[in-house]
Amino acid sequence: MDRTENFFPAFHQDSAKGKLHDVVNHECGRSTEIVADDLGIHHFISTINTACSSSVNAIALGSRLINHGMLDIVVAGGTDALSKFTLNGFNSLMILDKEPCRPFDATRKGLNLGEGAGFVVIVSERVLQQEKKKSLAMVAGYGNTNDAYHQTASSPEGRGSYAAMQKALAMSGLSVTDIDYINLHGTGTLNNDVSEGTAVKRFFGDQLPRMSSTKAFTGHTLGASGGIEAVFSVLAIMHQCVFPNLRFEATMPEVEIVPQQKFEQTTVNHVMSNSFGFGGNCSSIIFSKQ
Amino acid sequence: MEQLMADLKKQIIEALNLKHLKPENIGDDQPLFGDGLGLDSIDALELIVLLQQNYKVKIENPQDGPTIFHSVKSIAEYIRANQTA
Amino acid sequence: MATIFITGMGNISPQKTWGDAPLLSEVTEHNSERLACVEPDYTQWFDPRQLRRMSRVLKMGVAAGSIALKEANITVPDAIITGTGYGCLEDTGIFLTKMVENNEEALNPTPFIQSTHNTIGSLIALMLQCQGYNQTYTQGAFSFENSLLDALMMVKEEPALKVLVGGVDEITDLSHTIQKRFGIFRAQPESNLNLFTTGRGTVNGEGAAYFVLSGEKVNDNAVGVEAVATFYKADEQTLKQGLDDLLRDAKLQVSDIDFVLLGTSGNAGTDKTLLDYTLKMFPESSTGVFKHLSGEHPVASSFAFWLAARMIQEQTIPSAVMLHDTGRKPKNVLIFNQYFGTHHAFILLKSCRASG
Repeated sequence: MDRTENFFPAFHQDSAKGKLHDVVNHECGRSTEIVADDLGIHHFISTINTACSSSVNAIALGSRLINHGMLDIVVAGGTDALSKFTLNGFNSLMILDKEPCRPFDATRKGLNLGEGAGFVVIVSERVLQQEKKKSLAMVAGYGNTNDAYHQTASSPEGRGSYAAMQKALAMSGLSVTDIDYINLHGTGTLNNDVSEGTAVKRFFGDQLPRMSSTKAFTGHTLGASGGIEAVFSVLAIMHQCVFPNLRFEATMPEVEIVPQQKFEQTTVNHVMSNSFGFGGNCSSIIFSKQ
Repeated sequence: MEQLMADLKKQIIEALNLKHLKPENIGDDQPLFGDGLGLDSIDALELIVLLQQNYKVKIENPQDGPTIFHSVKSIAEYIRANQTA
Repeated sequence: MATIFITGMGNISPQKTWGDAPLLSEVTEHNSERLACVEPDYTQWFDPRQLRRMSRVLKMGVAAGSIALKEANITVPDAIITGTGYGCLEDTGIFLTKMVENNEEALNPTPFIQSTHNTIGSLIALMLQCQGYNQTYTQGAFSFENSLLDALMMVKEEPALKVLVGGVDEITDLSHTIQKRFGIFRAQPESNLNLFTTGRGTVNGEGAAYFVLSGEKVNDNAVGVEAVATFYKADEQTLKQGLDDLLRDAKLQVSDIDFVLLGTSGNAGTDKTLLDYTLKMFPESSTGVFKHLSGEHPVASSFAFWLAARMIQEQTIPSAVMLHDTGRKPKNVLIFNQYFGTHHAFILLKSCRASG
């Protein structure tokens, strides 16, 4: 999209104009194909676009393909570049904060856009043994649901996100008290943080784990956010630490969530990472220490 | 004011693609959202664009939407109060 | 492995593939390199308030999904999986156009909201209040195959699940103009029915086809989905190996394939390669073609999937489809698709009629 929008002004003036080089990779799946070209992959390739939950779904798909014995090694994640298209789009939805964003803070006004790419390599048990390697972390569970409430907004009680966390936890065989840290979706919009906060409180009850949104550091990297936050989650396990929720000062009046406020070394065995997208797409994934 | 409300009804039908409605179907005081005309929060954002494009009236905070967009009459009153001719 | 059945289908395509008419009893001729869908009256599915924001791709997708669900006799599926190469092009084009025209000021949010590829599957979920698994694959010409594989895995995990899976893509004025500049469609307009006789390049197509898959057989005439496999920039050897693996898993021999439905597209070069492969790999099978009916597009294989399933149900191969007739009845049907020579895929379907 960042290239298509370069093509478009000239093309709009005269449909014979605009550099075709700028639109040749417009399709979502092209970045995956370029990676496949580079790695010499001729079999299974796939791209998922469920907006902001895309890359969690990609990591879950990779894990499923391995669990079904169809693949041994999968590279999965997400990438998204800043573009005027998304900037204008989120501006038209009036959910951009012109100041640095403040997820879960009472004074939050919206999100900041970011860009980036985050990928993980997932391998089967067999490959791990063959290579005599220790993994950085394990994919313990994942769940995807649809909020089916509104095209962009989340239901006030976060029914989709609640169900996604429930599915992921059920698959992992863990209980709520086992989760040491949640990497929240936490975009900083009025709607998301109340909805997600309500679902998290309902799901974890009084035993709230440490939690933070890392989007105050990265901005909302949209399709890449699940991949980038999967890497943060694995880093939390590798380095036994939790990340602060930058710029948090006051709790939201609607739901009392006090996120992690400083970087801290602590025991981290199980991390849950949430990603929710347009169209009510809700995904949650759990990484565990091996 | 009557003329402004009549214009608004036409513009709302056009902007929100409410082809099944005619301007006379919309009452001046009829609630536009919820059980009234059944508009939703995306429509509210579209109405903000409509006011900016047609009347140069800016609404900075979408949270003000529900009050301003209660009915055609409340929109007309808001335009009157905020238009800088 | 337990069989996975198709229990409902809905297809909107450049042919009249909805309604009660016998399979391809009338073939729609298009005298253009752009094959637009023969669309039903959408007001039977949606009220005006729902229709007002829906672009064509959304109407086609949601309607095809509704037809499939009705045929399967279910109201809400357990999962919705959609494949789309280009997604919602019309809304993407509108938002880009407005960005230029309005100089990035006062933009309407609706086209932006609906430009996301997962709008189609999300809208179906929203309308049905379906809170289950919802996925959208966007891997170009593998988008439908990826979706199908996901659906097959889901039903294998839980055979009682009813999964709505499909492929949707639209042509818009903007996308067609841009694609024509790449020179991938024939330059002179002529009948789609001559697609394979002149070999002067392919024609642009679009469509929406959804299917309900389940591990539970609901009627005697059910069609089973055996396997799907995709190959990216693969050579003949890789394809042959892929086919061998697929047949071994399905416990079939090459000679068991009664009919091969080919994704030839009217490009002389890539068509010859595919036909050469087919002749070598399937010397005993009947063959047929479909892209003169559907046009070429990323999810054209969803049209082929519908066609193959209908042919198996009715145990007949329409004359418009037949290329090489060996007289064999279509019991095991393999779709062998290709897209501009870089994307190849196999989908294997079989008759599950109790009488054999």
